Amino acid sequence: MLKRRLIPVLILRDAQVVQSVQFRHTNVIHWDPMKAVEFFNAWAVDEIVVLDVSRDTRRRQRFYDAVSALSRKCFVPLTVGGWIGSVDEIRAILRLGADKVVINTQAVRRPAFISEAAATFGSQCVVVAIDVRRAEAGGHEVYIDRGREPTGREPLAWAQEAERLGAGEILVTSIDHEGARQGYDLPLVRRLADALDIPVVAFGGVFTWQHLVDGVVEGRAEAVAAANIFHYTEMSTKRAKDYMRLAGIDVR
Amino acid sequence: MIVVVDYGVGNLRSVANAFEAIGQSVTISSDVRDLRAASGIVLPGVGAFPDGMRRLHAAGVVDVLTAEVQGRGKPFLGICLGMQFLADDSAEGDGARGLGWIPGTVRRLEPKDPRVKVPHIGWNELTLTRDSTLYAGLGEDPVYYFVHSYHFAPAPDAGDVVTATCWHGETFAASVERGNVFGVQFHPEKSQRVGLRILENFVALVRAAA
Repeated sequence: MLKRRLIPVLILRDAQVVQSVQFRHTNVIHWDPMKAVEFFNAWAVDEIVVLDVSRDTRRRQRFYDAVSALSRKCFVPLTVGGWIGSVDEIRAILRLGADKVVINTQAVRRPAFISEAAATFGSQCVVVAIDVRRAEAGGHEVYIDRGREPTGREPLAWAQEAERLGAGEILVTSIDHEGARQGYDLPLVRRLADALDIPVVAFGGVFTWQHLVDGVVEGRAEAVAAANIFHYTEMSTKRAKDYMRLAGIDVR
Repeated sequence: MIVVVDYGVGNLRSVANAFEAIGQSVTISSDVRDLRAASGIVLPGVGAFPDGMRRLHAAGVVDVLTAEVQGRGKPFLGICLGMQFLADDSAEGDGARGLGWIPGTVRRLEPKDPRVKVPHIGWNELTLTRDSTLYAGLGEDPVYYFVHSYHFAPAPDAGDVVTATCWHGETFAASVERGNVFGVQFHPEKSQRVGLRILENFVALVRAAA
């Protein structure tokens, strides 16, 4: 049986780990991403996601250097995202040692990008990230450009289109919940997980280990991701796994 | 020298990094001279079968691979798509031809249970079905990282080539072995300790064969 995955996310700005609260990145955590990866490797996490949120694209090379360095130490799948805009760029990132890529803004602007990426690298290589805010009128809306630009799209409809175009996984993040310590937006996660044939990874809002369990049991996510919580808790990923196992979840 | 075949697609760096972590340097190359000089050959791959085969042909390595592995019996390890290339052909995309080193075809995973999702992404247990050097020193049901939508289905006349199976809505071949040819559907380079152990076992058999 397939194990449920636990995925720490490293959010990098100018190649340094930052904390993210509702998509604002203020605190630079005084942590070298290399240290983080060595730490996660030792504690049997199932995958590592690295997202570049830098606004200054002139410093993109620093992010590439960080990915390259991380991949040398990372013997679990390494998934890389942030501002990826072309098939050539995906190829370059895979050559640095990434196993999968996360695409988001460019996929909304030009949905054929999903198909092109899937045709070239296979669906399993293409994670489409969907960032969602609750709409004032009720319901949810997809945002792009790291939460700045509303798209008018409804998350499930967009996720289904992304699946049809060849996405291999959906990484769904509630911007409202991210960094808000209330757990995942479970109804949102569950709507997507129930309706899609591809795996859904829940992200945004984890503050307790129970939130991870909720993401699997109530949200029905295939994998649960979190960022900030792993930065502050000693032996954090091992404790998270132990907690999930005790709750009856089949983890590695 | 172990050569990791470079054909412009896939996670070559990850594979090279994993070998380096166990103290084995590798050469990433598509140069015919390197493949001729190699003592062992690794063919990694993430991606789509038709595009991958096109790139292998474009890199001009299909004939030399066949000569070195099938002709001269060099140890060969195909990883993920690299294992699927062993087949005669694939149902993925336009039904491209494979290397045809082990009779069989590549099929899409078809779980009977709709809750079992494809692609098969994540960590899953193997059932070892016969002795294989590759699994030396590993426990009974080792857990490996998979990421794929298709799997290699050896033909009945391929013989007893399946060394481990895995279940994801249906039972499929997680690894195959025939003589000097090894294939793993999972990613040893991404499976932490148990994965690095597989690579160590491969290195040992390359040294023994050299």
